[in-house]
Amino acid sequence: MSNESFFLDEEEIPFAEGQTIIQAALSAGKYIPHLCYHPEFKPHGSCKLCTVRIDSRTITTEDGQTVKIPGRAAASCTTPAQAGQHVESETDELRDLRRTLVQMLLVEGNHYCPSCEKSGKCMLQGLAYDLGVMDPHFPQYFSKREVDASHADILLDFNRCILCELCVRASAEMDKKNVFSLSGRGNTKHLICNSESGMLGDTNLAATDKAANVCPVGVILHKRHGFEVPYGQRRFDKAPISDNAVQYAPVKEQV
Amino acid sequence: MGNVTSNGIGPDDSGAVQAVLSRHKHDASRLMQILREVQEGLTWLSPAVLTAIANGLKLPRARVEGVAGFYHFFHTESLGRYRVLWSDNITDRMAGNADLMARMCKKLWLKPGDVSEDGLVSVGTTSCTGMCDQGPALLVNYRPITRMTADRVDKIVDLIRKKVPLEEWPSEYFLVEDNIRRKDALLDNGLAPGDALRALKSPQEMVDTIKASGLRGRGGAGFSTGQKWEFCRAAVGTGANAAHYVVCNADEGEPGTFKDRVLLNSYADLVFEGMTVAGYVIGAKKGLVYLRGEYRFLLDKLNAVLEARRAAKLLGQSILGQTGFDFDIEIHLGAGAYVCGEETALLESLEGKRGVPRKRPPFPVSSGYLGQPTAVNNVETLASAALIAAKGAAWYKAIGTAKSSGTKILSISGDCQRPGIYEYPYGVTVAQVLADCGARDTQACQIAGASGLCVAPGEFGRKIAFEDIPTGGSFMVFDNSRDMFQVARNFVHFFVDESCGFCTPCRVGTTLLKNVMDKISDGHGGEYDINDAWRIIRTLKTASHCGLGQTAGNCVADTLQKFRPSYELRLNVRDFEPAFDLDSALSKMREVTGRDDPGAHFHIAHRKSKSGVGAKGGDAS
Amino acid sequence: MNASAPPPKRKLLVATTSLAGCFGCHMSFLDIDERILDLVELVDFDRSPITDIKHCSPNCDLGIIEGGVCNAENVHVLHEFRKNCKILIAMGACAINGGLPAQRNSLDIRDILAAVYAQPGRGVHIPNDPEIPLLLNEVHPLHEVVKIDYFLPGCPPSGDAIWKFLTDLLAGRTPTLGHGLIHYD
Repeated sequence: MSNESFFLDEEEIPFAEGQTIIQAALSAGKYIPHLCYHPEFKPHGSCKLCTVRIDSRTITTEDGQTVKIPGRAAASCTTPAQAGQHVESETDELRDLRRTLVQMLLVEGNHYCPSCEKSGKCMLQGLAYDLGVMDPHFPQYFSKREVDASHADILLDFNRCILCELCVRASAEMDKKNVFSLSGRGNTKHLICNSESGMLGDTNLAATDKAANVCPVGVILHKRHGFEVPYGQRRFDKAPISDNAVQYAPVKEQV
Repeated sequence: MGNVTSNGIGPDDSGAVQAVLSRHKHDASRLMQILREVQEGLTWLSPAVLTAIANGLKLPRARVEGVAGFYHFFHTESLGRYRVLWSDNITDRMAGNADLMARMCKKLWLKPGDVSEDGLVSVGTTSCTGMCDQGPALLVNYRPITRMTADRVDKIVDLIRKKVPLEEWPSEYFLVEDNIRRKDALLDNGLAPGDALRALKSPQEMVDTIKASGLRGRGGAGFSTGQKWEFCRAAVGTGANAAHYVVCNADEGEPGTFKDRVLLNSYADLVFEGMTVAGYVIGAKKGLVYLRGEYRFLLDKLNAVLEARRAAKLLGQSILGQTGFDFDIEIHLGAGAYVCGEETALLESLEGKRGVPRKRPPFPVSSGYLGQPTAVNNVETLASAALIAAKGAAWYKAIGTAKSSGTKILSISGDCQRPGIYEYPYGVTVAQVLADCGARDTQACQIAGASGLCVAPGEFGRKIAFEDIPTGGSFMVFDNSRDMFQVARNFVHFFVDESCGFCTPCRVGTTLLKNVMDKISDGHGGEYDINDAWRIIRTLKTASHCGLGQTAGNCVADTLQKFRPSYELRLNVRDFEPAFDLDSALSKMREVTGRDDPGAHFHIAHRKSKSGVGAKGGDAS
Repeated sequence: MNASAPPPKRKLLVATTSLAGCFGCHMSFLDIDERILDLVELVDFDRSPITDIKHCSPNCDLGIIEGGVCNAENVHVLHEFRKNCKILIAMGACAINGGLPAQRNSLDIRDILAAVYAQPGRGVHIPNDPEIPLLLNEVHPLHEVVKIDYFLPGCPPSGDAIWKFLTDLLAGRTPTLGHGLIHYD
């Protein structure tokens, strides 16, 4: 199937024609942090957690010193893999960058893990644990955001939205319903529902829709199903997010 | 949240919406134009109107709402019969727009951003409107008014109060001057409409000519125009609607730039001729001009030029009587979004979507407008291409420097006696430009706009050229009386307003950087905050999705290096200061308890209580 | 730090307090169980709910603070800790991002008080005794008010996490928690 390869942190990674760097890496069992990437969807490239450096060079100066020239930075989810390229992911610089990006998301929204039904299986939380994020560092926005409980089965808590657009993509591409979209821009960008009232209850979302089950954080929640798994037995209590990277490998039929 | 129950759509509104939809043949890719035209009729886009448009275009309603919510010039709530937007570029600030706007608000009994209680008027700010040579400027219902003075403010307030229609306002208010101060090869071209077309050789020869001329993109990035056209010409269209397109990027949004305004106002024929040359070369039948919403006032004039060209057989079917040479041009208007100057965001916008930059690859030359091969070129690039077609590559190549052939039009504003348009052969020094425009006691130039380079006096010997200082044309001058920290802070605010919000680093980082700059401006900044600024700038530069985010921190990085005292003089002596003002954090409780005793305040003493006073430097992060 | 000198046998002086928190972190601190005997070999406790000492000595080494900043008194206590402690540690979710108390930030404090102190038929009487510290407009994490040196997340951090964190710190290592010990809930 594949006879071409590139190097990720000096390890040879095979890839198939058309695969992006993260897709090939995850298929090979190498974890690259990510939030907006999802194995069932085409890469999106907005969270930037998967940023890598490509083809850094080391040169020797006239006075004999070796200097590293950093390669270009790119989102590994949207950058096509190319034979022979050298990709860096687990470097101090990139780990620090990723911590900063997680901290940015943590202060932008209102992320109070102790009262969140998604705690223990939240991708943002799991990733923050893995990166060793001990604090949000920046001043909190304390954004004033709404909760929408108008739907019979689904609750929306916009406080936790990280704008990964997975629900938007799932509803448009898999469910063919277009229940979610985005409005505003910049720091006013926000999720909206496909109804004149703006309420989720006035849309045709069903609890079984992909869009209702794809949220990586605690925005789209199923009513009557909170806190079902005890503390200590939840997904990231048991194993870190970076464990078993092939679980994130792209499935064949991406929409 | 309001409007849970629909406020309904009246029969008049419904008729207006249907008329616009029919005019655009219910084509969803024309959503931007539809929203603008509906809004021009109804003054705002109500929830019911959005539903009607969505139904008419068979689009999800949320998608229509999302597009309306993206652009500054679309409003989903009523903002009054008169919407006044003051241009808020640093040059407008320097010309005193803040006082003038405050005067206007006071006279109208309004707070900025609010709508008057009678629903008559709202007053706010917007990003640079491209009138820096004749500011302070504003837009009233998206029509520009220049050279604002206190007297003009008073008269406009009077006109608004008396509800005088805009058409009856004194015409001199709307006067926009070209202010061309220096002409060179392009502005003094001596060509008549059609000259470039009559000189056309085979498409391949034209590609070779453009390549040989050394013409590079004038928007700032400097990609070889000949190569772009060659790639586009070689690319194959896909599907039943396979086609090639020429797109003219007239979304001139970089703060301090206004040369495209002048080119389109007085050299439109040359620009359209350049588009036609491009169409001929790449095999396109259709060209689109993406005109920034701020330049709405040029639309009728440009359409008239297009009509005249069609009548003269310079546009349309069988151009110059040549069978198979078909090309026509249509003008699309933007609606207030700097990011749409990025070519892939522009294409999204042209297709009626939110102006979010695309992922690359694929590049527009292979998959651009509607997924078809598209050549996106700057206004000045296209005009230059027409010039080269008429006068030849060798003639053009002889102008400028070895690596930067031809001329560059600079938009000069700020502290100089003669702001306006200056065309120079590439290679001119900053010092020469400053001397020509009558700048005195200059402490800095911001070249290439908010995302560009801040040049200090020690560098005034540098050249305007791709190999030294590349620029799209913005050239803002600051004399010794200016505060370069506040210049950078103005730019940082600009990027917050203009970030599209797609990627994390830009959406959050621009706001965090603004918060740092505001904190320093308020006198609460310390070394800790400077370190934070660097960390944010690094993140923006490394991880942002497009050029907007990657360059959004440049102004702070440059001024921190070249004008560091302007920051340091504002810093508190201590390295750490609270993120918010402690004393005002008790304001609401003082209000509701009526307390004003010492315990109800944090006295200034607390700021000096910590040990280590005077300790500066050292990484606090 | 002087790297050549052998570590002094001097015990480190530790102060702790709870601001806008629930004392859960202090309770969790006690979950280090018998290891507290090892700990008191290494440290002495200064101002702390455990000792009931009311103010910090001027030469504390470590200040461990639970809870966020919700009122004027919290600010004064935090300033006292910053002034007197070489190293300040924010312990627990509330200290780090405001936690549960900060969930009031989505509401205006004036509306909250008007609702809480409304007496049917007798209007609103919000206490204004100078003895009562005024509430801040919003609840803030500690690092927005003073510089914080280390953060120990959790709601509360487990006894094991606290033990690991402190033993790292007391040994002069930058504290790390790792999988299983790092928790935000």
